[in-house]
Amino acid sequence: MSDTAVLKRGAVGLIGRKRLIAFAFPGLVLAYLAYVAIAFDVAGLAERARLDNGRTLLADSYSYKTHVTRDNRSGEVTVAIEGERKGTYAADAPPDWVERKGARTQIDLGDGHLVSFGPEMVSYNVPGYGLIEARPSVSAGVETNLTGPLPDWISLSRNRLAVTTEAGRLTVTRNRSEVFRYFVGWELFFFTLDSPYHGHSAASLLFGPQIDPDRSNLAGAWHDFWRNPMWRHADVAWALFETVLMAFLGTMGAALVALPLAFLAARNFTPVMAIRFGIRRVFDFVRGVDGLIWTIVLARAFGPGPMTGALAILFTDSGTFGKMFSEALENVDRRQIEGVQSTGAPLLARYRFGVIPQITPVLLSQALYYLESNTRSATVIGAITGGGIGLLLTQAIITQKDWEEVSYYIVLIVLMVSAMDWISGILRRRLIRGA
Amino acid sequence: MADSFPAPRIDPIRSRYLDLVRRRQLYSGLTLTIFAVLMASGFGLANDRNAGGFLDGIGNIFAFPANVIEEAAAKIADMPANLLRFFPALVETVNIAAVSTLVGGTAGFALALLSTRGLAPWALAIPLFRRAMDVMRAVPEIVIALVLIYVLGGGPVPAMIAIAFHTAGALGKLFSEVNENADLKPVEGLASVGAGWAQRMWLGVVPQVAPNYLSYALLRFEINIRASAILGFVGAGGLGYELKNAMSWGQGRFDQAAAIFLLLFAAIVVFDQLSSHVRDRLTKGAAA
Repeated sequence: MSDTAVLKRGAVGLIGRKRLIAFAFPGLVLAYLAYVAIAFDVAGLAERARLDNGRTLLADSYSYKTHVTRDNRSGEVTVAIEGERKGTYAADAPPDWVERKGARTQIDLGDGHLVSFGPEMVSYNVPGYGLIEARPSVSAGVETNLTGPLPDWISLSRNRLAVTTEAGRLTVTRNRSEVFRYFVGWELFFFTLDSPYHGHSAASLLFGPQIDPDRSNLAGAWHDFWRNPMWRHADVAWALFETVLMAFLGTMGAALVALPLAFLAARNFTPVMAIRFGIRRVFDFVRGVDGLIWTIVLARAFGPGPMTGALAILFTDSGTFGKMFSEALENVDRRQIEGVQSTGAPLLARYRFGVIPQITPVLLSQALYYLESNTRSATVIGAITGGGIGLLLTQAIITQKDWEEVSYYIVLIVLMVSAMDWISGILRRRLIRGA
Repeated sequence: MADSFPAPRIDPIRSRYLDLVRRRQLYSGLTLTIFAVLMASGFGLANDRNAGGFLDGIGNIFAFPANVIEEAAAKIADMPANLLRFFPALVETVNIAAVSTLVGGTAGFALALLSTRGLAPWALAIPLFRRAMDVMRAVPEIVIALVLIYVLGGGPVPAMIAIAFHTAGALGKLFSEVNENADLKPVEGLASVGAGWAQRMWLGVVPQVAPNYLSYALLRFEINIRASAILGFVGAGGLGYELKNAMSWGQGRFDQAAAIFLLLFAAIVVFDQLSSHVRDRLTKGAAA
């Protein structure tokens, strides 16, 4: 009877302890998260966050705007995609929603929104609201016909009028009048406006009449697409290649460096304790000095570029590989080596036929696995050392203008990493099954 | 005995075997040659595209570390103060890694349960969650971090979200591989007494897989410390940010850089050792 009582007391104690842990652990995690929320100043985030930036980013990633600008001093009107020189329409061939009649320019924003730039007046007919007229002048600023309380999509001051509607945006200052019209898509992705192939469909390029008398359609179109000055497809492709190159050279180089060293660090191949210990500490050191530090140190020696990135990956990963390979070597089956030895094979042949075949699957699968993860690292390292797609991405983000390019690069990076993942998976399965 | 095996029967076999061996040797020789050519031409190409060549730079490889050490040695009296000064940044870096591992691990746990055959509540959605994890793994942290820094401003939160996102995908995949090996009998037992999905998972699956989960999460934590240091360099706070400042203000700050290098190195080694010790215990404990 007393036995059961002892047992019961023990069980109750055990359950109580477990229950305490079950509550204490989530409690600790919550307390930690609360501490971090304070340390990271999450409450202040709302003030620092610039959601309008986020909105521009989102809108820009799937749409673009075309600027119609009138210089109010010279009266000259230009139509340019994203306001860029490379996307400027020729003066005699504006898009069909911009119509020129002498000194007047009619801009159709769609859905009945009509803007007109006259010699003196700028007018915007907003359906459901009425006609807004403005007269910019150097002496008097901007005078308008607007009176009374204004809706919040119109902002008016002495020198500036801004009207933002769902169809577009009009700004009038004394020096210039400007209209933005938004379109869905990535502008001029294939051809810029100065290319003769702009506006032609794929079918007409393939089967239609020759457009440029000097070049065949296909060659010319490929050239103009590949050298597109806005999207720079050739440079982007090269940057992607450079990133993959960094990952490949770094990973494979690290494996090549680590393999012989791993023999020196494995207990069954190097009986001398001092050497083993020394090599292992070298591995630990190279691994512990993070890729970030290697990148900085190497960038000082070799300057920015893909070589620096490849070497940074090589340094960090030779430590990791050295550790993994030496562990694999310690688990080698001795009997195979002895078998090879019994045929009178010399040392090198013993390693070649007794050891290498045993560790090849581990070695290759690890190297290939790291190849994929290093493609991602190479993107980051490229952003720091200045090479590859990482550099293009940081540049595009820093300029804060071409968010469609940022989203384009992001899509390309994701595709690149997925492709590497896929290839490395196929090769791993192949090699391991083959071995 | 030899007469009982007439020569014509052995010879074709032998020649076929030797043929095979030769072809195999040719293939592996070819593969090795292609690999060597790729490596050599790749290094040549990378070398040409680099600002400074390999041979020019190899002599300078120790120049910068020597500079740093020299300056740190000259100002060794400031070293404790510097270490103390940058310690909060180290704490921030480790915090970023820890929180993103926690958050990413939790999300990965949910994703793993949703994408394991036999455990997922909606079997039809399994491929969907798997692809989602693939995409999450494929996005490098820096992409999300840079975009979020633009929207949310610099600081640890963008880095935390970026690393957590990637961690969720990476851990989700590993967790679901662990789940595949979980014994389904406890789950069936719980189902037979009318337990709901959450109860079946929490009481039937989690106790089986928790040690493996923890060990993977610790490994990820190690990786995330490195990632959060790197992200600091592009503006996300922590040690990397301080390092960038110390480096970019020209000469005279290398003693601070040395202090940061030391802190980062120490942190990585300490957490590496700690986590490998705990992981050892977890896996050995599970086996015992």
